[in-house]
Amino acid sequence: MADSTLSRASRGSALKRWDSAVGALLIVVLLLSFTTVDGFGNALNLSFLIGNTLPIALIALPMTLLVVAGEIDLSVASTAGLSGAVMGALWNQGMTIEAIIPICLLLGVVCGLINGLLVTRLGLSSLAVTIGTLAAYRGIAQIVLGSDAVTDFPTQYLDFAAGRIGESFVPQAFLPFLVLLVIAVVALHLTPFGRSLYAIGASEEAARFSGIRVKRQKLVLFTVTGLMASLTGVFWALHYASARFDNATGLELSVVAAVLLGGIDFDGGKGTLGGAIAGVFLLGALQNVMSLQDVSAQSQIVVTGVLLVLSVLGPRVARQISVARAGRRAASAPVPKAPTPVS
Amino acid sequence: MTHPSEAGPAPVLSLKDVSKSFGAVRALRDVSLELFPGEVHALAGENGAGKSTLIKTLAGVHRPDAGQVLLDGEPVLFHGPGDARDAGIAVIYQEPTLFPDLSIAENIFMGRQPRRALGRIDHKATHAATLALMQRLGVELDPDRPARGLSIADQQIVEIAKALSFDARVLIMDEPTAALTGSEVARLFGVVRTLREQGSAILFISHRLEEIFQICRRVTTLRDGAWISSEPVDGMTEDDLVRRMVGRDLDELYPKQEVEAGEVALSVRRLTREGVFTDVSFDVRRGEIVGLAGLVGAGRTEVARAVFGIDRWDAGEVDIDGKALTNGAPSTAMAAGLALVPEDRRAQGLVMDMSIERNIGLTGLRTTVKAGLVDRGAERSRSLDWAVRLQVKYARIADTVNTLSGGNQQKVVLAKWLATGPKVLIVDEPTRGIDVGTKAEVHRLLSRLAADGVAVLMISSDLPEILGMADRVLVMHEGRLTAEIPRSEATEESVMAAATGRAAA
Repeated sequence: MADSTLSRASRGSALKRWDSAVGALLIVVLLLSFTTVDGFGNALNLSFLIGNTLPIALIALPMTLLVVAGEIDLSVASTAGLSGAVMGALWNQGMTIEAIIPICLLLGVVCGLINGLLVTRLGLSSLAVTIGTLAAYRGIAQIVLGSDAVTDFPTQYLDFAAGRIGESFVPQAFLPFLVLLVIAVVALHLTPFGRSLYAIGASEEAARFSGIRVKRQKLVLFTVTGLMASLTGVFWALHYASARFDNATGLELSVVAAVLLGGIDFDGGKGTLGGAIAGVFLLGALQNVMSLQDVSAQSQIVVTGVLLVLSVLGPRVARQISVARAGRRAASAPVPKAPTPVS
Repeated sequence: MTHPSEAGPAPVLSLKDVSKSFGAVRALRDVSLELFPGEVHALAGENGAGKSTLIKTLAGVHRPDAGQVLLDGEPVLFHGPGDARDAGIAVIYQEPTLFPDLSIAENIFMGRQPRRALGRIDHKATHAATLALMQRLGVELDPDRPARGLSIADQQIVEIAKALSFDARVLIMDEPTAALTGSEVARLFGVVRTLREQGSAILFISHRLEEIFQICRRVTTLRDGAWISSEPVDGMTEDDLVRRMVGRDLDELYPKQEVEAGEVALSVRRLTREGVFTDVSFDVRRGEIVGLAGLVGAGRTEVARAVFGIDRWDAGEVDIDGKALTNGAPSTAMAAGLALVPEDRRAQGLVMDMSIERNIGLTGLRTTVKAGLVDRGAERSRSLDWAVRLQVKYARIADTVNTLSGGNQQKVVLAKWLATGPKVLIVDEPTRGIDVGTKAEVHRLLSRLAADGVAVLMISSDLPEILGMADRVLVMHEGRLTAEIPRSEATEESVMAAATGRAAA
């Protein structure tokens, strides 16, 4: 009765505190970096920081919605890589970039649709499905482009993807991202669609019994995720002026780490986009500082992995502390938590 | 048998002036209770009265803020459920949790199997010990059978055997009969009597009052966390007990109004889902309450799920107001004016981690919309309106529904569906596991809805409820509709005969 419910009720507030905590941590890290790290505060470095973080941020938008709905897509980096590879291959064929980009985006839609159909129609776990397509999409990317690197895209596109607004620290591509961010925030937090995602993530069965079209919503999410991943792939190839089959390899790890770090509950149903974006830029800032300090790329991956584990652990610890502090030790005593009940 | 407190034997387990609070909620206030060997003692009270907290205090899950737990007259302090178990106190929960892939014997002796040389498990000894326990209980269950596939009733027997293997002297049974059929209850009571004669003390919790009178000698009543009475069951009436639980005289439990039935609102034609139910046809008219009776597993819930669109049907048709519904599409069923209050409110009816406001709001995501966005003001007033109309007891509308008692949770489920203004309301076990006061409220509500012209289909395993509330009773047996009985002819005998397939009613 009262016991388990109280500890669970405090869970929501613990999470809320967690995403403001991540926001506060981001500010602290930025302030520390400004004051103690050489070369951090100049406009050029800041524009690098933001530009390098943008791919993570772009995919984090739909990923947040997916994880809130209790699903995940690990194939995003491969979709981005495939999209870049196709872009390079078609460019080599002599197509115009204006024709290529829509094709790449359409390809992303197809990739996402395949994930979504496998999950919703066949009822497979999205973790398993997207690990499979992670390998498959990357493999196709290699078949399409081989080991070539395509670099000679039109300069006005390269300039847009890598350039800054005047002499400021803001990359030009940041503005379109802001527009997408606003759309995602509205979709998740203000529309009936977003509201239904929280219900699906917290209890898919109850959502279905409430007349929510669970499968359709999930299919939409996977498709949009594929679209955003391919957009990221196009951006990546232009930003770094290089389309290769292995573009964005491992990016899914950063995205998932950032989203979970931002307080999105891996079990679904909890979290905010504000928290997720704070998590993204916290991770981006840390990576930037590590680069400035000449920390090797390999070590940076270690840090990302540790952050991922901490971000899963963190809200749980915060929750337990808040429970203990409320003096309800008895309530969280080990009620014999048995295995799966016989059904 | 003389009253134990006069005859001398000391209580094996007792609570003395125990209080326990969770934050601002005082779950128990100065509660005392004595359990004697060889007695079955009932614990009665509405949902939220403090029964669960009391059980968990006895079981070592909670530590009392004040007062004492006494074992054989000596104060004890349990540091966890393990301590209580070692002291001989076992709790049998409503839905046991066994390891499905292990055998009955392995479940009972999990982690402490008899060993042979080199630490190998002695399967023979485990088997024999399990068989001995089953014999002691007077039950025939094969120790080598896997737990998967056992009925809830059998699983409870396994839990009881496990408790005995720990030499439990006190058994606490938390609503053990809620999910059992009539014959399973009879067998469980046989086991309880055997245990009683062997000197165990049993604390028995049930919302079915007749069971308390059937098997218990004394009853302790709690209300709002406070002790109300402890007294022999002999000489009490059900009304006496209800008065102590509710604190007032209860209005009629089945306040059925006479309503003139209108035109057909829900029409189900030859509906079939292969292997589940076959050729089911019936109508429900505006103003009618139609009861759907039958044994657990007869296919009643499955018909409701298919009608609402959760599962697809293989053949047949469902019409609301003469318009056919799409197969397998709850959203279109909702739009056509159908509402389903499902049987499992925790898994199906509610998102437990969501607020009352948002749970009620879930059915209004299409209607409380302004310019494509959720109209929060409209959502809140819609939720508040229905929470108040159904007299849900809550602190704040933004509290998660898992802070509510079972009865109030059920009201939230009803609120969320009534807020859609349904033409047809299907309720599946609308009062299961909720206290008698709330039960009467739900019945009054259903009756009023029918009077307002809603067509109500009520699935229930509670026969008095079916007989008390339904204008007509449909009965299912093994996936088929076997009888349709008008209110005037519906009796326990006629319904049960059709439900068990013994005779055409």
